[in-house]
Amino acid sequence: MNSQIGTSGLIFNEPQLWDKSIPGRCGISIPSNDVAKIELSKELTRENVEFPELSEPDVVRHYTRLSQWNFGVDSGMYPLGSCTMKYNPKTNEVQASKQEIAGAHPLIGDDNSQGALKLMYDLQVMLAEITGMHATTVQPAAGAHGELAGMLIIHKYHEKKGRQRSKIIIPDTAHGTNPASATLCGYESIKVSSDENGVLTPEAVAELMDEDTAGIMITNPNTLGLFEKHIKEIADLVHAKGGLVYGDGANMNAIMGYVKPGEIGIDVLHLNLHKTFATPHGGGGPGSGPVVVTKELEPFLPVPIIAKNNDKYVIIEDMPDSIGRMHTFYGHFNVLVKAYSYILSMGAEGLKNVSEYAVLNANYIKESLKGVLNLPYDRPCMHECVFNDKKQAQFHITTMDMAKRLLDLGFHPPTVYFPLVVEGAFMVEPTETESKQTIDEFINAVKTITQEAKENPEILHSAPNITKVTRLDEVQAARKPCLRG
Amino acid sequence: MRYLPHTKEDIELMLEKTGVPSLKSLFDCIPDKLKTKDELKLPKPLTEWELDEHMDDLTSSINASKKCKYFIGGGSYDHFRPASVNYLISRSEFATAYTPYQPEVSQGTLQGIYEFQTMITELTGMDVATASHYDGGTALAETLLIALNKKKLQKIAVSSLIHPHHREILKTYLYPTGYEIIEIPYNKDGLTDFEQVKNMGDIAGIAVQSPNFFGNIEDLKLARKTCDSKNALFISSFTEGLSLGLLKSPGEFGADLVAGEGQSFGLSKSFGGAGLGLIAGTKKLMRNLPGRLIGKTLDSNGKQGYVLTLATREQHIRREKASSNICSNNGLNAMTAAMYLASVGKTGIREIAQLNHDKAFFLKQELEKVGFKIPFNSEFFNEFVAIAPEGFEAKRKRLEKDKGFYAGIELDKYYPELKNHYLFCATETIKKQDVENLIQEVK
Repeated sequence: MNSQIGTSGLIFNEPQLWDKSIPGRCGISIPSNDVAKIELSKELTRENVEFPELSEPDVVRHYTRLSQWNFGVDSGMYPLGSCTMKYNPKTNEVQASKQEIAGAHPLIGDDNSQGALKLMYDLQVMLAEITGMHATTVQPAAGAHGELAGMLIIHKYHEKKGRQRSKIIIPDTAHGTNPASATLCGYESIKVSSDENGVLTPEAVAELMDEDTAGIMITNPNTLGLFEKHIKEIADLVHAKGGLVYGDGANMNAIMGYVKPGEIGIDVLHLNLHKTFATPHGGGGPGSGPVVVTKELEPFLPVPIIAKNNDKYVIIEDMPDSIGRMHTFYGHFNVLVKAYSYILSMGAEGLKNVSEYAVLNANYIKESLKGVLNLPYDRPCMHECVFNDKKQAQFHITTMDMAKRLLDLGFHPPTVYFPLVVEGAFMVEPTETESKQTIDEFINAVKTITQEAKENPEILHSAPNITKVTRLDEVQAARKPCLRG
Repeated sequence: MRYLPHTKEDIELMLEKTGVPSLKSLFDCIPDKLKTKDELKLPKPLTEWELDEHMDDLTSSINASKKCKYFIGGGSYDHFRPASVNYLISRSEFATAYTPYQPEVSQGTLQGIYEFQTMITELTGMDVATASHYDGGTALAETLLIALNKKKLQKIAVSSLIHPHHREILKTYLYPTGYEIIEIPYNKDGLTDFEQVKNMGDIAGIAVQSPNFFGNIEDLKLARKTCDSKNALFISSFTEGLSLGLLKSPGEFGADLVAGEGQSFGLSKSFGGAGLGLIAGTKKLMRNLPGRLIGKTLDSNGKQGYVLTLATREQHIRREKASSNICSNNGLNAMTAAMYLASVGKTGIREIAQLNHDKAFFLKQELEKVGFKIPFNSEFFNEFVAIAPEGFEAKRKRLEKDKGFYAGIELDKYYPELKNHYLFCATETIKKQDVENLIQEVK
């Protein structure tokens, strides 16, 4: 228990690919040519591509060494707030790499792809059930892409109603993708502040909502990990003025089986399969951001849609009111396979347990650490809790210092400096797949750090001390960008 | 459930600490009237072994077994994928990491993507490449938005030989902000008719795909010249990345922006996703590019390392003023592409690209021998258009079903004037014998 898990390990230095290149090497077997070689015109062809020349073992060792410099969920607890870094089940990877899944060409037609279409169709139905909505598109490629699809649907809805609107209300706790997505639809973002309890009030929204406002974008639970308990009243007053309610489902992991967004006034919602539904984040994607909508908004879903006609699954491209196509084919199909496998493995009760344990873990951390870290909103949280560095300020220790020191102790740090409404935010989302024992180790590590802040602040200022590299000069990186070797 | 570590005792101890009597009471902060009344209606949970069986059953109705032969491309290509690449990309240090926000413990992802950016700039002949985008179509849409914002104009010209699905995405992205897309028709050679751009008025840019949707290699020199005459940005796109192993890069022709699909670089077809969006630009446009960029820097001990950089363009900093709304990109697929490109290397990429061209040329010759006509007299890479003799459509359907041969994509769906025209493809995975078997069936 007291032995610290963080250690420097055996880490190799490894140069850039081209520094290992030796002319004459190649790392792939080239098929022999059994037909005539046909030269293209000289003016069309290039000189050689200056790629490195490496053997297969060279390549394997290079990337194996690189991988050892990385921290993943499989390496240790990764409590990044708002990112839901849960365990990614291995069987899901096996399913996605099956020959018929990985090998299927996207243009083989309905008859040749029934199983793939059925999988997408069934996933659509299950996601609609989990969220209490009517229809689903699984086409968007990531959360922000789903947001864009959702906002385009809202835009189209107003256009069909005969009058386009110009603004959208977005809370100060929102992810940055919300206003950025709204801008792409030509909407001006109007900021609404949360109250002293960290939630939105109907009064604050009522003051801003008018008939030139397309609607509101709400994350529930919000990024403070708090449930927006006035959501229904807010939705009612937005609807009364002809607006729509967009739900950012990034935090769906907190409420499965307890709350269905479709039953509390949400009109359109995106999900992040790489958060709630356990598909790996891949060091930055590929994710998947399905969008679920009410019956009224179904005609606006992006094409193609996957539908069922009698016993046959079909790809439908002809939808006159659709916002149009969002992805070259049908979305991130192999990510959908993983989420589908996850839902089938968990079942209804399993998903409800997921939310229960995710919320239990977060509240346990909140209660365990609120003595040593400042807790700006001391009330029951959902799946994540937000502290800050107020108590450490007297020792000139910041959230970043504590985050970096956690790396020495063997943990990935929480999300830092977000949400923006909390100064020096330290946002912890443990997820349900971390055990009490691991969480206790994390709590002890944070307590050790707050003790060090008083007694040995220098070790925090210099942290991380045992990682492959120490703190990097980000200012220099941006001032004189070097983006290629 | 094996993914959930909580024992009854753990739960009791944790509830005690939180001062909440039961798991259910953890949700007391949600008003009762907002809670759902019924349990979720989902299928009964499956064990790992039942899931295997279920998936075997489900996938048996997908006609994509190992014996299938793909004489089709159209934005998704059948290429050999080395076992080493699959093996390496499965390493969970890569797969289960988040976006590299903590660079000290993400140097693997960061150096890997930095090397990816470097190889993409080399391949495209551009100054800067981003850390990836969703797919070729969405990448292209982002480059159009850059041009429109940069030039502060309302109109942009797009070749009618850009992948039809990509053109649909462009419409979706540009519609709400009122930008106008003008399509440039194609000529009798199956190439973009740049003559038609002359009368288009002020345009922010011209987007051209090469090889184009018909497989033909466009005259990018003429594209650049046309852009200059219009003071427009030159956007060059591609769906078959391997063509750049053989063809002159868009950078050599003076492209301002490049958008492409990188699925050919070691990624499975996977029914069209996840692929890999590529975006590259000139140094001048560096700060207008969407999404993440990795840069090289030094740590506090003077040791070389890598970080996410120029984040002030991005949504988490600039919010409504960001250059794009993208957050997650297709990072793991960019890493896969880097592994593939490092494996094929300088000589391999050229040899494989040449093989693609040779196989496609052979397929074309053999089809001509059995009555197919070639409508466009242009040089192509690994795809070309052929007009089928009578009776081909019925044979084509039967071949899919009986032999797993996918012989051509019908073009009249996308170009109604091209009845009986098919888009054929052959890559390095097609053997001479495969072509001969196909010919045997269709003659």
